[in-house]
Amino acid sequence: MAEGTVISQSVEESAAAYAIIREQFGSAVSEFDGNATMPFFEVLDASLWRDIALFMRDHARLKFNYMACLSGVDYFPEEKLGIVCNLESLGVLGHRLAVKVSCPRSGGAIPTVSCVWHTANWHEREAYDMFGIDFAGHPDFRRILCPDDWEGFPLRKDYKVQESYHGIKVPY
Amino acid sequence: MGLLDAGITKHNVLVTSVDNVLNWARLSSIWPMGFGLACCAIEMMATNASNYDLERFGIFPRSSPRQSDLMIVAGTVTMKMADRVVRLYEQMPEPRYVLSMGSCSNCGGPYWEHGYHVLKGVDRVIPVDVYVPGCPPRPEALIGGLMKIQELIRMEQIGLSRADALKKLAEKSVDPQAVIAEERKAVGA
Repeated sequence: MAEGTVISQSVEESAAAYAIIREQFGSAVSEFDGNATMPFFEVLDASLWRDIALFMRDHARLKFNYMACLSGVDYFPEEKLGIVCNLESLGVLGHRLAVKVSCPRSGGAIPTVSCVWHTANWHEREAYDMFGIDFAGHPDFRRILCPDDWEGFPLRKDYKVQESYHGIKVPY
Repeated sequence: MGLLDAGITKHNVLVTSVDNVLNWARLSSIWPMGFGLACCAIEMMATNASNYDLERFGIFPRSSPRQSDLMIVAGTVTMKMADRVVRLYEQMPEPRYVLSMGSCSNCGGPYWEHGYHVLKGVDRVIPVDVYVPGCPPRPEALIGGLMKIQELIRMEQIGLSRADALKKLAEKSVDPQAVIAEERKAVGA
């Protein structure tokens, strides 16, 4: 961020929360990005994601008790799939922070955080349904919107719709 | 039925065909299945409610396909729902009618190109008798479609196939533009 830029109080609060996480996990997390819409950081070592999530939820000065959303992303050129989690300390400390986690497009997995925030259960199923992201350790890992026997993951950049489903032509 | 009342109160004999009586009875009590899939269902509910009052046509929704004559496919049929729509249709007793309401169930509507999950027209899985265009169609349009179903029933005869009845209906259809032009001329507009 350029020097002398006025940053809003909410971003400052997010930065302070980030500093605590950085202190604990060091190089496993990226630099802080003070994006005014949703300040975020990335988890560079995906295997630590659940530890970071638990730390964020339980640390006395973080208390991220609320997962507002978990979205999937297809980083097609980088051969990666990722998630963006919008977290908030609702009614406790009031600050918010987004976390990005990614894994390789083929054969990669992201640890589930459905045991940390129950909201993540269905959101991770949706991310799996649409992007085919594997969430390791998920208690009920199956599609949530598409039929169970649907082929492919519709929101992937290279998705091609199947020709027929149960004998019914799918394309127009 | 003023004619019928007059016929009975004056102790007259009313001569008609069995076809006519059967058809009149059937078209005056079309029971659709209470079943909506998307925003079109809201318009369908509005049509059933007091402002448009479908009950004056003897139309009121049934909660079981086994008691229904008509299936109003009101809304987007997803591929996941297609199997269920077929199953519901198969549970309806014959003679049964299908009205496809709105662009989505007619042809896929706004999802025709990129909607991987949408069935591009419910006629891919069940036979449709009447299509009502619109996104969603106004209650007037739905009533128009239902009256088309009534006309179709009126065309039917014992021993006549549905395809023939539909053909008869098509032959009888009037170009509305000519009627509108005539009406306009009559009022001097």
